[in-house]
Amino acid sequence: MMGPIAQTITRLYGTRGWMAIAVFGFILFVVIPVANLLIPDSSPFHISAYWVTLLGKIMCYAIVALAMDLIWGYCGILSLGHGLFFALGGYAMGMYLMRQIGRDGQYATALPDFMVFLDWKTLPWHWSYTDHFAYTLLLIVLVPGVLAYVFGYFAFRSRIKGVYFSIITQALTYAAMLLFFRNETGFGGNNGFTDFKRILGVPITLPETRIVLLAIVGAALIGTLLLGRYIVTSKAGRVLAAIRDAEQRVMFCGYNTVHYKLFIWTLSAVLCGIAGALYVTQVGIINPGEMSPANSIEIAIWVAVGGRGTLTGALVGAGVVNGAKSFFTQAFPEYWLYVLGLMFILVTLFMPQGIVGLVRRWRGARNTQRTSP
Amino acid sequence: MRKILFVLLLISAGFVTPAFALDRAAVDKLAFGDSEEKIEAIGALVAEGDPKALTLLSALLEGELQTLPATKRVLIVKGERAIDAVTGEQVVPTPAERDDILVNNRLRGALNDALAALKLVSQDRAVRLAAAKELDGSADATMLPLVKKALAQEADTGVRALLESIVATAEINGDDKPVRLMALRTLERSGTAGTKTLLLTLLEKETDEDIRSAAQRSLRAIEGRLAWGERAGLLFSGISLGSVLLLAALGLAITYGLMGVINMAHGELIMVGAYTTYVVQNLFRTYLPNAFDWYLLCAVPTAFAMAGLVGMALERSVIRWLYGRPLETLLATWGISLVLMQSARTIFGAQNVPVENPAFMSGGIQILSNVVLPWSRIVIIFFAIAVVIGVWLLLTRTRLGLFVRGVTQNRAMASCVGVPTARVDAWAFGLGSGIAGLAGCALSQIGNVGPDLGQAYIVDSFMVVVLGGVGQLIGTVYAALGLGFANKLLESWSGAVLAKIVVLVFIIIFIQKRPQGLFALKGRAVE
Repeated sequence: MMGPIAQTITRLYGTRGWMAIAVFGFILFVVIPVANLLIPDSSPFHISAYWVTLLGKIMCYAIVALAMDLIWGYCGILSLGHGLFFALGGYAMGMYLMRQIGRDGQYATALPDFMVFLDWKTLPWHWSYTDHFAYTLLLIVLVPGVLAYVFGYFAFRSRIKGVYFSIITQALTYAAMLLFFRNETGFGGNNGFTDFKRILGVPITLPETRIVLLAIVGAALIGTLLLGRYIVTSKAGRVLAAIRDAEQRVMFCGYNTVHYKLFIWTLSAVLCGIAGALYVTQVGIINPGEMSPANSIEIAIWVAVGGRGTLTGALVGAGVVNGAKSFFTQAFPEYWLYVLGLMFILVTLFMPQGIVGLVRRWRGARNTQRTSP
Repeated sequence: MRKILFVLLLISAGFVTPAFALDRAAVDKLAFGDSEEKIEAIGALVAEGDPKALTLLSALLEGELQTLPATKRVLIVKGERAIDAVTGEQVVPTPAERDDILVNNRLRGALNDALAALKLVSQDRAVRLAAAKELDGSADATMLPLVKKALAQEADTGVRALLESIVATAEINGDDKPVRLMALRTLERSGTAGTKTLLLTLLEKETDEDIRSAAQRSLRAIEGRLAWGERAGLLFSGISLGSVLLLAALGLAITYGLMGVINMAHGELIMVGAYTTYVVQNLFRTYLPNAFDWYLLCAVPTAFAMAGLVGMALERSVIRWLYGRPLETLLATWGISLVLMQSARTIFGAQNVPVENPAFMSGGIQILSNVVLPWSRIVIIFFAIAVVIGVWLLLTRTRLGLFVRGVTQNRAMASCVGVPTARVDAWAFGLGSGIAGLAGCALSQIGNVGPDLGQAYIVDSFMVVVLGGVGQLIGTVYAALGLGFANKLLESWSGAVLAKIVVLVFIIIFIQKRPQGLFALKGRAVE
């Protein structure tokens, strides 16, 4: 007899899956720190800070992709406003990091520089307690969570679905972007937050800090993956998939679909918020541009490229698209939008199951070949 | 012979008056005096009202007035040609050693006013009107004689009213009490925003009771009129924004409202229309410069055709494979929009391109002192009305419209009775896209034309269609006008960005209450 924990473990992934996660963890927690900190710059095995940051950034995006996949791939709700939750988490973390600058800013005052610039004398109310790390962690989870819950409650209750929901979430993030662009809102306007100095008192640009932060992002990614897997393999996950495929039948079977949708929607938003907070520690800047509708819709293409309805697909998609993005924006900046645009078109037309679907089909074909004779 | 040659030379150089004879003392003061004396000299020249002074003063402002250190002569130097400022004779050869006359900011202000005053006696009504507008609010006592002279010869009522207000403005600060009271009464009749501030400053320091009460009465009258003007202006800008939104959203009302296709590239089809207008404009400028004012007549159908063709190509190549899968359509069309945007950047550059209004669309009607209705906006309002009527006729009175409505209501049944549904889809999508092109053509007349043009309108147009309800054009009309008004009303007390946010939040809440929009088709669907 297996214990409940062991049962859960085998339910989540088979031996191969766990092996893959272990390898990933090994690379993240052992290989990269060693290659970055201990191996000297001159060695070909050295991993530079650039790659560490890029990897951290892409892993944050991967968390967002997982969150998007949970709501879109498994529940069929396409949100075009996930950038908002991502940015909200980022702003919550950004406020803390701004407070951590202390008197080391250009004006050497307790207020953040942009407030001095605007000639403000005191911190606005929504900045109170943001110098406490625990409170910041709470904000990172609660702000996107509560907003998503309230918005979702009203939207799902009035049975807004499909494209209507997508467009309204897009309007939501657009409105928020306009709001955050304003200086009066107290979030640094156009420039947002940047020039962070330290986190929890430790200088944030130190190589060791960066490696620890990378490890935290990696742990969060693995955690999100396992949580997602736990949900989609549970009974609730099957109900979610059923809602995606035939919502009315699920309703007629006696399920209250609003609860399920609200749960996965809020969870997805919270995950996005966490990813956003981690993202700020990686790239060191957050501004309202993150809330632009274009950014949110790009999240959808990560998932679509990788393969909707499979968590692996979300990971693969986030990696492939963002890898391609950082390659193209450096090598051929003017072609990136063509590539991205064509990706949107070709994936929806020819690869409805994404890369994962292609691999599966290819494997299936090989297996049938092998067994047929 | 030499004289004739000289006259010809002057005319060819763009000089208005062949013979020069200005007061030498004044010119010398202007050239060699200190700032005080220079301003005095400008005043003297203006008071004379000699049109020749215009040439001299504008030369000074442009830095073309120079002096010879040796002979103390004052010259107007244009390019390589030098002319004596007093006599008007050409100086041959152009002397090499010349000193510039320095113009500081105070002098510059005085010069600008003086030039405007001199232009008041110009032959051209438009020049006079512009000059009067320039002077309104900044005129002082030194110009009074000239302005009065101009007023005496002025026949045009519009310019007269302005001139009267200038005279009154100048007189109000004088010493003669009856004249000041008269001036206040004159101001009561005209009254612009500028006069309001003038009266307010007057009230602050004035001690004479009679003048105070007169000024207060004038102030109240002006404020009342200004308030009406503001209301009228608000109404107009509401209608104007509404018509722009309507144009932008009408195409979407067809592709999304009737066909159910989420076209995120709609904004880029608007952009295609705008760039088409730009290209047509350039072609007219190069090949038909005489007919330049009429390029819009050609641009409107071309923009419609271009955007329509692009739309049909998209429908045939991408969108038709995705019917019935709205979320996929959304993503694919977003990709199309990215490609179109980047293509525009590659072809026309990332910068905005200039699109010029035809002459008949520039300027505007002034209905009140503080309300000017620009012709371009008025034309667009009527254009929007025409497009709505056209689309309505097309949908209700033609065979294509019948087919489109049939396919919308029941695709399978329409197909059964022999409607070529695939072709109807393509035509309807082309129609919607063509209207987007028309919107782009209209927008090019009032805003910037750049690769991001469409992005600015896509969220707004979707809001209009969602608010108006799917499947009915009249809903789109109401929603566009309603949103236009709401935006402008809120803008007047909360600023543009907050107004937009409030409107978006309002729509989000509204959709929760009425997911089917303002005007919904009645039906029995469970959804």
